Amino acid sequence: MTAVAKAPAWERFTPRERFARFTVYLLTVAAVVTSLRTVEVIPEFLYDAPEQMMDLFRRMWPMDVGHYPQAIHAALVETIHIATLGTILSVLLALPIGVMAAGNVTPYPALNFIAKLLLVSSRSVNSLVWALVFVAVFGPGPLAGVFAIAFRSIGFVGKLFGEVLEEAHRGAIEALTAAGAPWVSVLRMGYWPQVKPAFWSIVMFRWDINVRESAVLGLVGAGGIGVVLDTALNLFHWDRVAMTLASIFGVVIFAEIVVTAIRRRVL
Amino acid sequence: MLSPSKHGREARRAFEANWLARLGWLALAAYVFYAGSLLDLNWERLLLGLDNAGRLFGRMFPPDYSRWELLLKGMMESLEIAVLASFFGIAVSLPVGLLASRNMMPAWLTWPARMLIALCRSFHPVIVSILFVKAVGFGALAGILALVVASIGFIAKLFAEAIEEISLKQVEAVRSTGASMPNVLIFGVLPQVLARFIGFAAYQLDSNLRNSTMVGIVGAGGIGGTLFAAFQRFDYDFVLAILIAIIVTIMIGEILSARLRAVFQ
Repeated sequence: MTAVAKAPAWERFTPRERFARFTVYLLTVAAVVTSLRTVEVIPEFLYDAPEQMMDLFRRMWPMDVGHYPQAIHAALVETIHIATLGTILSVLLALPIGVMAAGNVTPYPALNFIAKLLLVSSRSVNSLVWALVFVAVFGPGPLAGVFAIAFRSIGFVGKLFGEVLEEAHRGAIEALTAAGAPWVSVLRMGYWPQVKPAFWSIVMFRWDINVRESAVLGLVGAGGIGVVLDTALNLFHWDRVAMTLASIFGVVIFAEIVVTAIRRRVL
Repeated sequence: MLSPSKHGREARRAFEANWLARLGWLALAAYVFYAGSLLDLNWERLLLGLDNAGRLFGRMFPPDYSRWELLLKGMMESLEIAVLASFFGIAVSLPVGLLASRNMMPAWLTWPARMLIALCRSFHPVIVSILFVKAVGFGALAGILALVVASIGFIAKLFAEAIEEISLKQVEAVRSTGASMPNVLIFGVLPQVLARFIGFAAYQLDSNLRNSTMVGIVGAGGIGGTLFAAFQRFDYDFVLAILIAIIVTIMIGEILSARLRAVFQ
């Protein structure tokens, strides 16, 4: 007939999209409300929080500057060594797993899956929990810290490295394979030059994070500045705690400056 | 011998040895030995540790789920901490991120906001937890507050960066109609950044979930306290049960947050 089909009113989202969004909103509200209702919070503790905070700062000031040369400096150096050695060890362990996780380098889905499972497990367990495990293995001390940092970082470095490998261009790799290069050469001459800048930036980024993380490992006995912090906390030497926190702050800033400087110069 | 090319330069050899890089690797190896000896790392301790690890794993298997009620209670508390910390962290991060964005706000507002974000970022959540445990006592509240601080440090920065990257044309179009500031934000800014905000929020929920399993170690609630106690009592089979529960929860969380991102793409 002559009737022109009436154009449906324009809608931004399909009903399905709207339903999905609505479900997300609903679940969010439900999760927050349930959590608020069931979480055990003792409101009486909250009333004197400002008082407690003031008390804390009064005890912290003035900071015990004399504690720095006595104990803090050596522990800080140890922390940086733990972070650096941990990063190096994690890179050694993460490279093969990252290669295994990249579907284009390792065309076996079973191996990809195993590698991804290893990476997720490494990332899911927090560095403090890894530290607890390695303190049980190696006894208290920086060795446990190095391994905790390394095992926590494998997931991060391996995942990012695997993703970078998957984005590598086929051209150079096909040229090498066509020339009959063995797989070691394909990796070294085909993939490595392509992923090198990304690799170094991942390592620097992780080192920066590891400096922060290694500062708290000592709370469970895994060496570094955390041990000094833990001792001061247990003895309620809040002026020493303040000095330790200030030193940690300084080291974190130092690590960030180093990373930014290296990035600007090299990458 | 390589023959000189037409331009008088020697032809470049393929895969030329890079002596500077080799020197760098050598320096790295030297550092590893130096730092290793400084931290008293040696084969003896490593082998002893491997021996211990064997025994530890022997005692971990099979994982002990007989105290599943305790496990469930701790995991629930960790989840609650993660959800509430993410919710309040994001709620505070929205205004802070907006205040810190240099294309929307004057400099005298962005500087204090940026300082606040930097301060929240600079300390590890565990250290912040210690301070909050002192301020509000043991329990989940200290964990929630500590993770709110961590969330602000991370997510407000990302919010600010996202807002700084928006196109100002739409903002000006809305503004030229005489819209008020809230309307400019809702109709000019928000549609441009919502998808990215949701992505950051999902990421932060993931990250808070990981951290909420740890703040209990310093007494700030959640499964971490149970885990720490199990370690100290050498209940290694229960430790493994807790660790498996944590890994499974976080994997589910990762899948959910990927879904969430897909919905808002």
